[in-house]
Amino acid sequence: MLLIRCPYCEEERPELEFRNAGEAHVARSTDMAAISDDDFEKFFFIRSNPKGIIFERWRHIHGCARFFNAARDTVTDKFLVTYKAGEPKPDLEGLVSNEPAAYANRPPDQLNVKKPRRAPAKKKGEA
Amino acid sequence: MADSVQAAVRNPAQAGREFQATGVKLATLPPAHRISLRAPAASVAALSKALGLTLPEKPKTSASKGSRTALWLGPDEWLVIDDGANDPLQDCAGVEALHSAVGISHRNMAISVTGQGAESTVSAGCPQDLSLAAFPVGACSRTILGKSEIVLLRTADEAFRVECWRSFSDYVFTFLTEAARDASA
Repeated sequence: MLLIRCPYCEEERPELEFRNAGEAHVARSTDMAAISDDDFEKFFFIRSNPKGIIFERWRHIHGCARFFNAARDTVTDKFLVTYKAGEPKPDLEGLVSNEPAAYANRPPDQLNVKKPRRAPAKKKGEA
Repeated sequence: MADSVQAAVRNPAQAGREFQATGVKLATLPPAHRISLRAPAASVAALSKALGLTLPEKPKTSASKGSRTALWLGPDEWLVIDDGANDPLQDCAGVEALHSAVGISHRNMAISVTGQGAESTVSAGCPQDLSLAAFPVGACSRTILGKSEIVLLRTADEAFRVECWRSFSDYVFTFLTEAARDASA
């Protein structure tokens, strides 16, 4: 079962306690009546739906019942980070790997290839 | 028509229902006073004073004094249960600090799960880690049991209090009965 960290409960909890609540950081206009139809359409209907990293709202509905935000990879379903509602988008530097997201996405010639091991530690005296 | 007026009789859900298997015992607990308390951090001190116990502010913890227990459910939400005669709703009524206290005594019912198989019985439907290291005595959480939402409180090493909505009570009790059968097998 997928474990999701709730920033309010400060703990990994099973996915059954959570519910997705759509894309995060969609800012509502402060003057709703003044915006154009096109802008309203963008705000109300248009979502990014990327293949890769997405910022989403989640709700710990069968737990503390709080909304929070999460950065998730839509390909691997891996949660990179979760943070409290109202906080700015976190820096994902270092959390995202540049490798293919999953083995299924690798080209055939790269399948079943062992990852190169780390370079062995240098012995004393070596340059 | 006046003859047909009947006195309202309130029947507690699943009253007296029990189940016993090897190492596990389930029992419906007697009715209790309960309130759902919502309050910002600034009101916690005043409410704690009025309720006579310190409202827990750490996730997954509870505080208990006498017959009264306060369970942390969320950053600004508590479930206060009183098995005694004092209604916590009355105690909160005099508090001037901003808060919302709603009486839910009859919305919930409670089931006690006790015995050496208690942990595996609840684990049959609850996806959380209920080992003593992760869920010690006094730990509490709103969570899932099977298909229904429950509030789980560990009252002793081998004892849990399962709070659920009364309309779910038949399902929850039956689910725990099946789980207890498995746990004792």
